[in-house]
Amino acid sequence: MPKKRPKLAVWKFASCDGCQLSLLDCEDELLAVAGAVEIAYFPEASRAVAKGPYDLSLVEGSITTPHDAERIHRIRRQSKFLVSIGACATSGGIQALRNFKNVKEFVSIVYASPGYIHTLNKSTPIADHIAVDFELRGCPVSKVQLLELVNALLNGRKPNIGNQSVCVGCKARGAVCVMVARGAPCLGPVTQEGCGAICPAYDRGCYGCFGPKESPNTGSLSERWGVLGVDKKGRVRAFRGFNAYADAFRRESEANER
Amino acid sequence: MTHPKRPPIDSRWVLERKDFNGLFEALAGRGYAVIGPTVRDAAIVYEEIQSDQDLPEGWTDEQEAGRYRLKPRPDRKLFGYNVGPHSWKRWLNPPSVRLWRARREGGGFAVAPETERPPRVAFLGVRPCELRAIEIQDKVFMGGGYKDDIYKSRRDSLFIVAVQCGQAGGTCFCVSMKTGPKSNGGFDLALTEVLESGRHYFLLEVGTARGAEVAGEVACVPAGKHQRQAAEARVMEAVSQMGRTMDTSDLRGLFYRNAEHPRWEETAARCLLCANCTMACPTCFCTTVEDTTDLTGERAERRRTWDSCFSADFSYLHGGSVRFSPKSRYRQWITHKLAAWFDQFGTSGCVGCGRCITWCPAAIDITEEVRAIRKGDSGKKE
Ligand code: SF4
Ligand code: SF4
Ligand code: SF4
Ligand code: SF4
Repeated sequence: MPKKRPKLAVWKFASCDGCQLSLLDCEDELLAVAGAVEIAYFPEASRAVAKGPYDLSLVEGSITTPHDAERIHRIRRQSKFLVSIGACATSGGIQALRNFKNVKEFVSIVYASPGYIHTLNKSTPIADHIAVDFELRGCPVSKVQLLELVNALLNGRKPNIGNQSVCVGCKARGAVCVMVARGAPCLGPVTQEGCGAICPAYDRGCYGCFGPKESPNTGSLSERWGVLGVDKKGRVRAFRGFNAYADAFRRESEANER
Repeated sequence: MTHPKRPPIDSRWVLERKDFNGLFEALAGRGYAVIGPTVRDAAIVYEEIQSDQDLPEGWTDEQEAGRYRLKPRPDRKLFGYNVGPHSWKRWLNPPSVRLWRARREGGGFAVAPETERPPRVAFLGVRPCELRAIEIQDKVFMGGGYKDDIYKSRRDSLFIVAVQCGQAGGTCFCVSMKTGPKSNGGFDLALTEVLESGRHYFLLEVGTARGAEVAGEVACVPAGKHQRQAAEARVMEAVSQMGRTMDTSDLRGLFYRNAEHPRWEETAARCLLCANCTMACPTCFCTTVEDTTDLTGERAERRRTWDSCFSADFSYLHGGSVRFSPKSRYRQWITHKLAAWFDQFGTSGCVGCGRCITWCPAAIDITEEVRAIRKGDSGKKE
């Protein structure tokens, strides 16, 4: 047993806090986690702050301001393991929709004094700025996977977090494929499993919350969606969700715009 | 109505629709949980069911490549549908199962093997192609030097009520694979559903001594020549309705000599690498193992979960995946099913159930692929 508990820090960038809350949502396991690690920096949960360096930094949110683009480097320097958590941190999040437009136009419409707003043209994932040790996908992340990740790091083993399609989870839970049985468009075949195929189990197509799976064949899926009656505009919208700026999804939405 | 005292193996009886629930009662009385067809989520799925009320009476399905639709039928048939999204392997080789648990002890750890007994299960409504798929998995899990205890313990206590097919679906090709639409063995009991001039009954065949015991508790009368012929006619109807065909001549040689056929790239461009085909297939058996620990590292367990050759990690050796390209993954699946399986298990790995065709979200059709490979068969020997 390690004598000193590893120090955990949770950092926030441009995000909704939902992923951090997943950690607090681990009601049954939270006490065990708090016993196994020293929660050194987690403003959402506690005001106590312990100085770095940290053994594990969980980073939520995307980089959207010049200030944050600096701050993430300081966090990296203080962290042994750094894991980006959630769609914002791993692909730029829903706010990356701005990447497809001119952000200055939004700023002038939204804010009374646009001069005060210092924002970057694009919302980008953490890994675009620093080296990341692991990316935990999802909007929000799955608490089972989050616990598995912390657990694996504590025990010095590889996390059991795969990169297969949502379809694998869908079939494993015995759900009936909504694409085949209802003709409902589903992003499951190109999306990484992690949620346990919740949407198909509730008769909806997958929304792609966990981002592209390994080797996603988005072009072929797009074509199938076309057969199911989803036009190009609809396909652009589908790929421009929480993971719009993830490479494979971005390229597919752009291909459908042409 | 009488109960046949000791119906001999191979004897045939007539079970009226109104007495059908007697079968559920007899099975429940012997401690079996009945798994059978029922309507759920726009499909006919296999699930635990309690009585004839749960059966898909008056329902059927339409199937095409990448398409399944649940439809009402004009009559009250209980088994008037074709195979659905699930296969029986779910119960014989579950999607996730614990292999063992361990606890840290001193410098090492002590392993506690799994002792949980699987439930006693009766399958109701196993189709002939599915019976053959179970036989194939018997070979995979119990036929070689290593016997798989998880499979074997489930298989040994299994009771099978087969249903002969009275209709074929749009993606069925059991006639080509010689696996249906009628089965002559491998079941404890078999039923053929007959609807004629207002009468609704089942021809009941006794396959084993265990089957005879159950049949002995069900109200039925000896089948006459007419009822046997009527049942036979239903099966012939299914033969005439096969939605697909596959030319099976020298499949093994065909795939071995066409590893570099241009068709592979074409199909790989459509394949989503989603693994649905392998998960739906009743003979695919691949699994992976995962080790997990608790937070303190005091306890660990190993689980076995379904896996597929369509996943990159499936062929991961040190340094990378051996089969990374979509082409090599698609080729692996079909070459294993239709060629390498013969070398490994002495049989085809495909029984012609059509699931991989219906449940492929990209509508890829294994029978179509075989035709395409044959067309450009480069190394054909005369
Ligand atoms: S419903 Fe979606 S996730 Fe499930 S098998 Fe079908 S395509 Fe895949
Ligand atoms: S390969 Fe396809 S048709 Fe053949 S047994 Fe498997 S799922 Fe059925
Ligand atoms: S086809 Fe693939 S998943 Fe199926 S048994 Fe063969 S290697 Fe396993
Ligand atoms: S053949 Fe169809 S079901 Fe199988 S992996 Fe490819 S797209 Fe998925």
